[in-house]
Amino acid sequence: MPVSVANSQLIFDALKACDVRLFSALPETWLVHLVRMAEDDPETILVRLAKEEEGVGISMGAYFAGVKSAMLMQNHGFFAAINGIISGAQLYRVPLLMIISHRGEFGERDPWQTEGGISTIRVLEAMGIPYDRLDDPASIPHRIAKAQTLAESALRPVALLLTRDLMWEE
Amino acid sequence: MLRIDAMRAVYPQLERCVVVTIMGAVAAELQSIGHRPNFFYLQHAMGLASSLGLGIALSRPELKVVVFDGDASILMNLGGLTTLARYKPKNLVHVVFDNESLLSVGGFPSATSTGSDLAGIAAAAGVPRTTTVGTIDAFDVAFNEALHADELSTIVAKVKAQGPAKFVTDLSLLENRFQFKRWLCDDTSAKV
Repeated sequence: MPVSVANSQLIFDALKACDVRLFSALPETWLVHLVRMAEDDPETILVRLAKEEEGVGISMGAYFAGVKSAMLMQNHGFFAAINGIISGAQLYRVPLLMIISHRGEFGERDPWQTEGGISTIRVLEAMGIPYDRLDDPASIPHRIAKAQTLAESALRPVALLLTRDLMWEE
Repeated sequence: MLRIDAMRAVYPQLERCVVVTIMGAVAAELQSIGHRPNFFYLQHAMGLASSLGLGIALSRPELKVVVFDGDASILMNLGGLTTLARYKPKNLVHVVFDNESLLSVGGFPSATSTGSDLAGIAAAAGVPRTTTVGTIDAFDVAFNEALHADELSTIVAKVKAQGPAKFVTDLSLLENRFQFKRWLCDDTSAKV
């Protein structure tokens, strides 16, 4: 499976450098290495979810309890979490760092991912969620750090989109 | 059994716990008994109170976390029960007030009114301690056992579909949120 181990490690290390200590995740192809890293690292807690919206509740609880967290999910998982994001994290002004694999962009061969690829950015913008795309390995650490900084200063959810160029090696 | 009487029965024990409730009647009734800074009322995001409690319980294993859930709320997040059961936080007591109704939006019957058994679902999901109670005395006993059990518990308390006259209270959502976080993260607060 040509998912980039090196770039997954860069992302994981950057999240840890931001003091992220709890990850919630649902498996998705591009996230396999990130999820494994979160599970193997003795300094981080991985919560495997049944559905992504649970992760919003878990991250809200972790935030209230003083632990920084991140959600690892596919864009379709983000869609599944929307009510929790709006009527939980946004209603209560909780910073939420969402790492979202942006499936369905140019280069996507799986027909079932294509509608989600078209809607992701429009939905983020409709919800007023600041986002950035991670497409260059060299910029990963500071883009993740800056996203976390804004989430905490604005007390709002933010999203980082993992792109095909970053995650898929072929 | 009335839900407010059940909460009143265990109210003294809540002083040293972290308490997370769902919206509507549970939040309004607990506030009418007496708000404390260690109580958080999730007034929307229906279904996520148990997930929020799990996030606190995993982050702060030294604290005892109590979630006051409802039948229609947990029915929206049955997958979350399997996540609770997967991680089995020993410091979490999950109470489901089951009035077999979506009371705060007009009293429509929930699936527990036609026989779905939430304690059975929790047990089958893998929650180690589950019980269903129908009286104040039985609830009081079950709650105190769960509080001292050092094991994840789900208590389903069958209550009447009866709530307060109004659901909006004087406590604003954000005031509650900031006070609650401050209590959890302020080392000088009285904790367990």
